Order: sequence, then C-alpha cells, then structure tokens
Amino acid sequence: MSGALGGAASVAARTGGGVVRRVRSVVSPSSDRPAGGSPASGWLAVTLFRPVTDVDPTLLPAPLAAFDDRIEVRVRPAAGGKGTELAVRLRERPPAGSLPQRLSGRDPQADLRSALRRAKQLIEVGEVLAVDPAPHGERTPTPGGVLLEKWTEAAPRAGVR
Amino acid sequence: MKAVTWRGVNEVGVEDVPEPTILNDHDVILEVGLSVTCGSDLHLLGGYVPAMRAGDVLGHEFMGTVVEVGRGVTKHHVGDRVVVVSFIACGQCWYCRQGLWSLCDNANPNPGITEALWGQSIGGCFGYSHALGGWAGSHARYVRVPYADQGAFTIPDGVSDERALFASDAAPTGWTGAHQAGVQPGDVVAVWGAGGVGQMAARAAALMGAERVVVIDRFDNRLEQVRTHVGAETLDYTDTDVPAELREMTGGRGPDVCIEAVGMEAHRPGPQHLYDQVKQQLRLQSDRPTAVREAIYACRKGGTVFTLGVFAGLVDKFPLGAVMNKALTLTGAQQHGHRYVPEILDRMSRDEVRTEHLATHVMSLDDGPKGYRMFKDKEDGCVRAVFRPGA
Repeated sequence: MSGALGGAASVAARTGGGVVRRVRSVVSPSSDRPAGGSPASGWLAVTLFRPVTDVDPTLLPAPLAAFDDRIEVRVRPAAGGKGTELAVRLRERPPAGSLPQRLSGRDPQADLRSALRRAKQLIEVGEVLAVDPAPHGERTPTPGGVLLEKWTEAAPRAGVR
Repeated sequence: MKAVTWRGVNEVGVEDVPEPTILNDHDVILEVGLSVTCGSDLHLLGGYVPAMRAGDVLGHEFMGTVVEVGRGVTKHHVGDRVVVVSFIACGQCWYCRQGLWSLCDNANPNPGITEALWGQSIGGCFGYSHALGGWAGSHARYVRVPYADQGAFTIPDGVSDERALFASDAAPTGWTGAHQAGVQPGDVVAVWGAGGVGQMAARAAALMGAERVVVIDRFDNRLEQVRTHVGAETLDYTDTDVPAELREMTGGRGPDVCIEAVGMEAHRPGPQHLYDQVKQQLRLQSDRPTAVREAIYACRKGGTVFTLGVFAGLVDKFPLGAVMNKALTLTGAQQHGHRYVPEILDRMSRDEVRTEHLATHVMSLDDGPKGYRMFKDKEDGCVRAVFRPGA
C-alpha cells in the first residue's frame, strides 16, 4: 500500500487527536461482531487507505477522541488490501433512527457520523476540507432555496447508515 | 469580484461576489484565464439538478495562473500557468489510488445529499451544485482550488490557453469514456453527441487504436468539426436510421463500444422523445435516456455501452432485457481526469489533440447570460461559449 502514514503516533501528532484511554477496541479480521457476541447493529464504518498497523484505536483523531468513553471502536483489515476498516458506535446504543431521520442528519448517531468522516480525512489527508465561506451572490429567499440550505447544513451529518 | 451566477431556473446573472481565500493547506487561489460553458451546465440551468441556490457561481472547466499557495502545496508556485480538473479529489483515499478520482471519498463536504440519491457519495466538482460539494465555480476572476497538488497541472509552454482550457473537462471526460469502456485497437466505436465531450471521446478512441469511429449528432456545424478536427465519421440522426446504419457499417455486428455523450436532456425525433419529455416534466423520471436506449440497441452482442453524459437520477423504459440477453457491459463515470491530463497535455503539445475550434465564442464575464443563451440555443453555431474574466 503506497502512501501509508509512518505510524499512529504521527497521525495523532498531525491531527491534534488526543489519547482515548477508555475506548474499547476489537481487532478481528474474521468477525463483524464486537466482543461479547452482541449484535453488530449500530456500527458506522469507513475504510481508511492505511495499513491496520497504522490505525491505533486508542489514539484517534480529535473528532472521535472528543467522544471519549461514549463510543466503542473497532478496527480490522479491509478485504482485498483496501486498507483498514474503522467502525464506531455509541456505547449507549440508542435506536438507529428512521431512514428519513438518518438522511436529514437528525438521528442519534448524526454527530458521530460526521466525526467519523472528519477523522477519515484527518488520517488520510491530514486536514478536514472546508467549503465555507464560498463566494456567492445574493441568496434570494425561495422555498426551494431554504429547503436546500437546510439540507446542505445537515448533509455533513446525514447518511444512509 | 465579478462572477457569473445561477439565479434560478433558466436565469443567469452577473454579480459581485467576495473573493475566495485559502481555507486549507492544500489550496491554491487561481486567477482565472479562461472558463468555459459545458453541456452539463444546462442541466443546472434547466433545474434538472435541483441542488443549486440563487447566487451560486457557475463554471467547472477552466485554466489560469496561480496567485496564492497554501502551505501544504508542493507542486505549484505563484505564477504557474495551470489547467484544473473539474472534479476535486484528495489523491489519498483508496479510490484515488486506483485511478478512480471522481469517486474520491474526501472531496464532497455534503456527502449526505448524494448518499441519499445514490447510496454512496462521490467526489466534489466546481460550480456543480451543493450535491457535489457546493464548491464555487470558475466563471469569476478568482477561484479557490482545493487539493491543488492533485487537480492542477502545469501547462506546457507550447500549448495555448485556448487549447489547454479543454484539458480541464471535455478532453479528460472523453478520455475517461474511451479508456474505461476498454476501447481496443481494431474496435469500431460509436459516440452519441458531437459536443466537446463527444468529440474528445471520439479523438481518444481513435488515439487508442479504434479502427473506425463514428459520431452521431444533428447539428451540421458540430458534425463538420468532427470530420475536420477529430478525424471521425459522422451520422446525422435526423436523416438516417442510426442503428441500421451502424449495423451496415459493421457487417451486421454493431459497434464494439458505444459511448453516450449526451446526458439527461437527450433529443430525438418522434414519439419516444415526446414520451420522455412529458415524463420528465411531470417529474415521473428525472432524466431522458433516449440516446442510451439507442446505444444499447445498436451495440454488438457482448459489447460495451458507456454512459458519459451526465445523469442525475431515475429513467423509465430502460432496455434491461437487451443488456442482459446481449451480454452487454454497461458502465459509466464522471471524469477521472487526474489520470489522463498529463497524457492529454503531452498530446496537445504534439498537436495530436486540438481543441481551439470548440471555443466558437469568446466573451467577457459581463456577457455571461448571453453566452449561456447562445450555448443553449446553439445560436450562431455556438459550440462552447468561453469567458475571459480579465477582459
């Protein structure tokens, strides 16, 4: 795998992420279930194009570290050399929320979904991409424009799962 | 600064907007030299991609000069003359490393919108709606270029601005179609659409060794450009039965590769077009797949159909039976230009790819509304309206 980071410590140094001392982690290439055998539901996952040895679940980037012991973390190699799967879920395991809630970023895991995406960017690229403030002209208020504005605001937290 | 903006459905404006600033370490700020209209912009103007807000800056195909550099940029310096790929990609995720740049995981700050539409989010694109990131477009004096080490390419000294401009989108999109469709030496390739992208797909197919390349359109001036500048054969679909003609040209087989470079507002004579128009206007389908249907019917058994024109959502009366029973490969993509631009610029410098003829009308940003009107209505033989912000 080309372009891998030198190690997890360098990830934390570059991203400003703190040590998550009480995060539980499971590294299991053969199972999609966390320790204890409970159902796997509730995991939000991204695949990082980094070797599994470079992703230390106790040393996560700041957006995930901020959740401290409120989240569980799972790290395992991705199939076919695609990197490392990083999965997180809230320890309290609230209901997943309906599809409309998830698509509008109003489900219980919306903030965690956003944090996971930002963590992926920090690990792979080293920074979180910002789009605003983007130059634009007059925002004439229209019903469609208001709806799109709301959806755009929610889009970083929204997702199908 | 002055910019051409989307004001509403079929309404283009010219406004003063704030200048962009460096927001990320990998950004550069570009002083835009040339920025061109694209057929896919018409889908935004027509309201077929309903994710534009009044005031959004249009434009995604452009070149210019670097005037400011983020501290993480290593390839570019102030003063560099560059062309920028219309799609934004990080260069670090698995998709980018596979050469599938438009599928980048990290370049769309609004992933929830396209996840809802398509199940997965793709990369970002300049000036192409909030669904693809809400990035400001290039029809302006300045534009911010994220991930500039990945998407900006220095233009060789011997290549003019007018030629390099089309290495931003039309040419790499054409290359994406021909290469990803797997064009092989000896193939017969048919391309639907003789706009900039269709012409470049035809040129790419020829350079990849296709034995015969045929481009299908209805506008005489565009077909003439194909014969003169691209070196391909042409068919006018208003006066010929295209599938029958293609069968005759290929000994009854049909083309090995069919590239559809038309998109969601396809046109054709007859009741099928009326049917698609009505369904689209009633929002019973978002896209008109007329040319895709024809490509599927025309393609040889076991051949490949590539959807290179832009589609957004759902279509009706899709000939899935033909796809299955003829064992077709049906594929598509936005452009993975980052992998093709170096080759394209090299071929431009050797005169193997010529694009100046596409820029039929060059004007200032003040003429933005006029330029889009001429482009949409094909006034005065307009193939592409190009804006020169410094004019």
